[in-house]
Amino acid sequence: MSLRVLNGFKFSSLKTPVHRLDPRAKFLLVIGIIVPSLLFTNIYLLVGLLIVQVPLLMVGRVTKRWLQSLRAGVFLSALIFVVNFFTGPLVNAVALTLRFLLLMTTFSFFFMTTSPDDLGLAIDKVGFIRWLSRRWLGYPNALSFTFTTAVRLVPTMAVDAQTVVDAQRSRGLELDKGNLLKRVRNYIPILIPLLLIAIRRSLELAEALEARGFPGKERRTSLFELRFKPVDYLLLGISLGGIVLSFWVFFHYHVPTI
Amino acid sequence: MGENGAGKTTLAKQLNGLLKPTLGRVTVDGDDTTKKSVAQLSRKVGIVFQNPDHLLFSETVREEVGFALKNFGFEPGVVVKQVERTLEALDLAHYADTSPFLLSGGERKRVALAAVLAWEPDYLILDEPTIGQDYQQKERLRNFILQLNSQGKAVVMVTHDVEFVAECNPKVVLMSKGEIVAQGQADEVLSDDGLIEKASLVKPQMAKLFSQLSEFGFPRDVVDVHRAKMLLGEKLSEVRVRVAQSS
Repeated sequence: MSLRVLNGFKFSSLKTPVHRLDPRAKFLLVIGIIVPSLLFTNIYLLVGLLIVQVPLLMVGRVTKRWLQSLRAGVFLSALIFVVNFFTGPLVNAVALTLRFLLLMTTFSFFFMTTSPDDLGLAIDKVGFIRWLSRRWLGYPNALSFTFTTAVRLVPTMAVDAQTVVDAQRSRGLELDKGNLLKRVRNYIPILIPLLLIAIRRSLELAEALEARGFPGKERRTSLFELRFKPVDYLLLGISLGGIVLSFWVFFHYHVPTI
Repeated sequence: MGENGAGKTTLAKQLNGLLKPTLGRVTVDGDDTTKKSVAQLSRKVGIVFQNPDHLLFSETVREEVGFALKNFGFEPGVVVKQVERTLEALDLAHYADTSPFLLSGGERKRVALAAVLAWEPDYLILDEPTIGQDYQQKERLRNFILQLNSQGKAVVMVTHDVEFVAECNPKVVLMSKGEIVAQGQADEVLSDDGLIEKASLVKPQMAKLFSQLSEFGFPRDVVDVHRAKMLLGEKLSEVRVRVAQSS
């Protein structure tokens, strides 16, 4: 079932050193991995960036779910490989497939080991986002709240999706039957209820928020304050260094790009 | 019946193959569920899910009810006939061309029920059918279940609604923490304090009353109004006779 992909992006509430990293530092690490992987197509580099994450996944004890999500992503990576194989050299096809797997792994790692609450706190700390949010939405916490809510709703939506699939399969719907067009059409009875549930839920959420006085005061306090630990500074340093180095190499040498 | 997370819905999903057993065997009419597809099993075992929002998607109630019939490969003529019959039976005929999303919660629930009943499964499984239904609709549902039962169909209901169950006095299976803790007739199971507590249910009111009346010689295992009335009536006429004799 394709829904298992979502499992690889769901937060697992464990207490490992990786989970305890500051979400800001961890996010910078994600950027530090994504930037070089988007700038370069060197296969050794991509493989290296992928392997670097394995110990982190192991410490965070989410390796099993990561593999699950990879297995579910096999179809898409095969598609990427085939399309690029016919339009360009083999090296490119391999590199682009690797890039896809790498991006998937990185985001999966981040979302599996960062609680939505921490993430919200972290976003709330970024001055630029607060300023932007105040300009657009008239309230500094609105953007971070929107993001946290969206992330929060992913697991809920996954549960809903499973129930909808179960309900329609009980009515004799066979998702993997028929030709390609039929298969796509098979998803209509899944997508419509899911969409309507999401819309209804967002309206209810808005009402519940208003009932509790959202957006509240300008300076909101929080129970837990994020604080950088030495290991977070280390991670910050490595990530920033990596990003700067990547850009420096990219602009000083003529690196072949796709 | 049983507390939240007791495994009621999980058990129900085993019956049409949505979940396959990781240990042991589940058979439907002698067929192992691991060897049949969900579509094949659903033809026999119809599950009505708790929340109608999880399955309604069509433009009209008519299409919604016909969806499963088309999936199961019924002839177009049969589809039309079955849809009409089911809508008639559930008092939905005047909504046939309405969008299911314009209906009230209770009506949507009825459409969801119709969408399953349309193919006349031998076994009907209802997951929490009484939630959000007013008294009249519950009464109608009860009559409907009894009617299906008399047609020789098995109806399995997953529920917390003790009063609803008590009035029908069916066979009850109590579950707790993934295991069956008791099974038997409702009046035996639902009047047992120990079992009731184990499954975190509440006794039906009649059972509460009769457990207090037991000091006057009434049996404890009374859950439905009819039997209660009968027993109280007997006692009353007995007392009347005694009063008449003594005066």
